Amino acid sequence: MLSDTERSEIEDEVAQYPTPRGACIEALKVVQRHRRWLSDEAVHDVAEALAMTPDEVDGVATFYNLLFRQPVGRHVILLCDSVSCWIVGYRRIYEALRERLGIDFGETTDDDRFTLLPMACLGACDHAPVLMIDEDTHRDVTPDGLETILERYE
Amino acid sequence: MTQRPLTERPLTERIPADGTPLDLAGYREAGGYEALRTALADLSPQDVQQKVKDSKLRGRGGAGFPTGMKWSFVPMDGSGSGSGSDDGSASAGPKYLVANADEMEPGTFKDRLLMEGDPHQLLEGMILAAYAIGASQAYVFLRWAYREAEQILRRAIAEAEEAGLLGENILGSGFDLDLHVHVSAGRYMCGEETGLLNALEGRRATPRAKPPYPQVSGLWGRPTIVQNVETLCNVPHIVARGPEWFKAISNSTDGGTKIYGVSGKVRRPGAWELPLGTSAREVIEEHAGGLKDGLELRGFLPGGASTDFLTSEHLDVPMDFDSVSKVGSRLGTGTMIVVDSACCPVSVMVGLERFFARESCGWCTPCRDGLPWVEKTLMAIEAGFGRKEDLEHLEMHTRLLGPGHTFCALAPGAIAPLGSALEVFREEFERHIEQGGCPYESARARTGSQAGGGVPA
Repeated sequence: MLSDTERSEIEDEVAQYPTPRGACIEALKVVQRHRRWLSDEAVHDVAEALAMTPDEVDGVATFYNLLFRQPVGRHVILLCDSVSCWIVGYRRIYEALRERLGIDFGETTDDDRFTLLPMACLGACDHAPVLMIDEDTHRDVTPDGLETILERYE
Repeated sequence: MTQRPLTERPLTERIPADGTPLDLAGYREAGGYEALRTALADLSPQDVQQKVKDSKLRGRGGAGFPTGMKWSFVPMDGSGSGSGSDDGSASAGPKYLVANADEMEPGTFKDRLLMEGDPHQLLEGMILAAYAIGASQAYVFLRWAYREAEQILRRAIAEAEEAGLLGENILGSGFDLDLHVHVSAGRYMCGEETGLLNALEGRRATPRAKPPYPQVSGLWGRPTIVQNVETLCNVPHIVARGPEWFKAISNSTDGGTKIYGVSGKVRRPGAWELPLGTSAREVIEEHAGGLKDGLELRGFLPGGASTDFLTSEHLDVPMDFDSVSKVGSRLGTGTMIVVDSACCPVSVMVGLERFFARESCGWCTPCRDGLPWVEKTLMAIEAGFGRKEDLEHLEMHTRLLGPGHTFCALAPGAIAPLGSALEVFREEFERHIEQGGCPYESARARTGSQAGGGVPA
């Protein structure tokens, strides 16, 4: 069931669009912000709030790569593997992260701290390699500098 | 190359050097919103359209469609100019203007620069464009990754609302415009015009069949113009200084400047506003400082991941829409990606096609099934399992996924670099197959750069 906060935040979003379903993506983002990922229950809750069927909502939830339909850790690392980062040295960062965290793409550390995902170009190609953790963009990332970055996310 | 005396940078000259965004007071001090004031007081929507048409502004999002012509397809019978017609007809409702700020073309980072540095320039461009087509509702469709840009834009919108530059009766003119920010939840497909409209309506971002075109039936079935951020940022300058000036600051038959970018192993990666039609040589060698020590240029993608490779023999080609088309590629977003001599072109192709395969929306079969096949074939070649017939197989895909076989331009864009790579880097592909592996592997182990073929994604 939606919490009062979730319900009121979704209503604010619905007001921005001519139809309730227009706010579907925003509503899913609201719930994800509170629950970290979108469970079957979350999909049902949003469907009920927007007068859509759960299947319709699930179609949207499974389409967008920043809507997480599986559990994720407290912090999500989005590592750019698009062409500019690929050329400049994405591979070194990928290998360093894999070694440091003991996880591959799509996996979460045992302590639930980090989930690692590949990500399309983050639009900071003049400072490749680039990754994002939660809302923060990290530029000119080096394998040696990773530890200092990761320390900031408990 | 002869240097033109006139080098103007209308889009970027106001961006503060200290990296802070220009606020409303600063923007106004520099002459901002004067074009809007003039247009609302003295020009009809058709006058604004005509100026944009005369300026020869072409879309900066990749396709290069003439902006003024696009606007002229919007019905101007008055039914959409208010907050909605009240005749009760099925088509009642507002017209829409959408700024495409979903900058997801790999290698592209120019719209970020404009939004983070001078947000009011985009807002003024949007208000003018909305006025020109009679739209009363506007959206910025912003990619999720641009967190700073979102904050900066929201602050600028609040400032503009406060100052009577947005909302009802803008500057006392009787013109109304509501402006919303929609933050995307990801997917390259959202940058495609009709995919973007579906995303804005809260649906999966699959493409729509055309016709009808969005200019006639777009968002919620209403006339809609979708325009790239850089394109919209040009509009206030065209209105303020006129089409003739706009054409004069270009080095090509199309008007205006272009924000060119360079990424890859160059000395100074970055973005610069230069006359449209500046040569790739000037951009890569002068502004980006050329390749890093010991490296040579092997090829470059002129305007993002979905453009055909060009090589050193094309360095003097003016980077404008028609000149780049003439040599078999596209200007695209104008942000170049440099492939250097230490970089395995086959590996680069694995990375490129992995991106496209992952981002395919799955709507049409050639794209959904073809791209993973292409990626796997390339991975096999890179890993040393390639066979001679694989190259014919890849060539077949460049035809099957080409223009005319799919709903949208994702698949044709995906195989543009592949088709050209098979020509330009033919020997490299053949060496991989003959040697049963990547000739760059030992060098890669030394420098640690680039991904190999077998990385799971």
